[in-house]
Amino acid sequence: MPVDIEARVIRNTRLSPDYNVIELAAPEIADATAPGQFVMVKPGRGSDPLLRRPFSVFEVLRENGRVTGITLLSKRVGITTSMLFDAVEGDTISCLGPLGKPFELVDPPAEAWMVAGGVGLAPFATLGEALVARGTKTTLFYGARSGKELFYLDWFSSRGIELKLSTEDGTNGDKGRITVPLERELQRVASEKTVPADVMVYACGPEPMLEAVAHVAERYGQPSQVSVERVMGCGMGGCYSCVIPVKDAGGGHHYVRSCIGGPVFRGSDLIWD
Amino acid sequence: MDLTTRIGSLELRNPLMAASGCFGYGVEYADAVDLTTIGAVVSKGLFLEERSGHPPQRIVETPSGMLNAIGLQGIGVHRYIKEKLPELRRLGATNVINICGSTLDEYVELARILSDAEGVHALEINISCPNIKEGGITFGCSLHGTFDVVSAIKKVTHLPVIPKLTPNVTDVASIAKSAEDAGADAVSLVNTFLAMAIDVETRRPKLSNIVGGLSGPAIRPIAVRMVYECRRAIKIPIIGMGGIANATDVLEFMIAGATAVQVGTANFVDPFIWSKLLDGLRDYGQRHSIARIADLVGTVDTSTREKQWISS
Repeated sequence: MPVDIEARVIRNTRLSPDYNVIELAAPEIADATAPGQFVMVKPGRGSDPLLRRPFSVFEVLRENGRVTGITLLSKRVGITTSMLFDAVEGDTISCLGPLGKPFELVDPPAEAWMVAGGVGLAPFATLGEALVARGTKTTLFYGARSGKELFYLDWFSSRGIELKLSTEDGTNGDKGRITVPLERELQRVASEKTVPADVMVYACGPEPMLEAVAHVAERYGQPSQVSVERVMGCGMGGCYSCVIPVKDAGGGHHYVRSCIGGPVFRGSDLIWD
Repeated sequence: MDLTTRIGSLELRNPLMAASGCFGYGVEYADAVDLTTIGAVVSKGLFLEERSGHPPQRIVETPSGMLNAIGLQGIGVHRYIKEKLPELRRLGATNVINICGSTLDEYVELARILSDAEGVHALEINISCPNIKEGGITFGCSLHGTFDVVSAIKKVTHLPVIPKLTPNVTDVASIAKSAEDAGADAVSLVNTFLAMAIDVETRRPKLSNIVGGLSGPAIRPIAVRMVYECRRAIKIPIIGMGGIANATDVLEFMIAGATAVQVGTANFVDPFIWSKLLDGLRDYGQRHSIARIADLVGTVDTSTREKQWISS
């Protein structure tokens, strides 16, 4: 059951001129959140912006073994993200959650490959922690425009998560899209002389990236789970705005609400419109 | 304050209703909200058959409001009765079913089917959806169309019949009168205002359907005016809606002439709004010593006033 918390801003860290990580005192949400779930956020009480906006829970904060809150990773693109960027300690932000279907976790000997594009890194901190806790070998493929926009690299590597990076300007990792190192690794696994490893590919980022990741995974016979972001009105299944086309058995498609039917879907179930 | 509300033969625990298309089928909210605390749940608009709705993008936010063009995606009446109604009965919800047809016969067929279903308390007749080409709004935009669809439905059902009116007409009060003459038990108004938003960078409409319906606080003063005009034109109860976001807004509609109200867009922002609205109504009742909320309906005072000395 989701709860609505007037969450106090504990700290707001600017990572770049566009990106920030905001820490929110919302222990009830933190306690109930599974990797891949999201919160609907509204900074300010007025009617502009009117609707909440969805954000993946980035980190679950703990202090002395107790859960104290969550963080959100945000990129400034519109009015709500600008307000989150400008928020200061002591502000309150309305937070409704946790919402949505989480990722399905995999156990060894299967490996987990998390593929993030830009702010699509958001669901992979909690997912990475959960996978590592199960002993699942976990790799983060992380692409951005430039090396300056690759964040939390130490956070992931200090938890035993291997990093494969790419940047569009070539300042860190492979030059180009994140599918470059992903495809190379899928090829390597497929060509292993012994039985190829089972890999679950998790992806979050812009939809063209998700489509490319789902297709390349499928080509190499590996399953994928993608976390989609659609324009969302309520997050509760009430408004039918955030739909995405899902394949029918008969070859057609039907629209599924990504707030309650997702945001995590099997990559092979989606039709990319 | 006694919040009991009467709409024809339908008795509600309180005057608050969840607006059609803004509350799914009701079951989506059962984890968060005790449905017995809401006066009634109005279902998402139902056709006879399943409908896939419009492609995304289906909503866009505008100042103090939002446009939607969902296109009435829905499971159809048969699946609704089989899959949703038993759960809603178990949850104790008061169910008003919103029905949409492309032809008069479809409305009549829907009314027949739902009249036989257990747990249906009233029918809201959608003759006002601005987002689909076929049927619906073509009835709601003419006096004859409204009269014909309401009188045809009245002939086949014992349930209260509540046409939902569009504001996209020159004179909504005359449409309301036509509904009353045809035997409607109440009218609900307003549906959304036909509107449009364009991305100037791409010069493309922001909605896939090009145009959509505007809702939210932006439309509230127009909706209040329309309720007030209809109150003067008809005797049957009015269910008012349009941008209600707090108890003051509920009271404004009731004082203008609404017997009950519906809340739509505000439920997207705050699914826990219902208890806050009820608290606000009770507080008002206490402050103004009002015994029954029904006593407030239509009490707007438009008499001329003596000039009052305002001391600074």
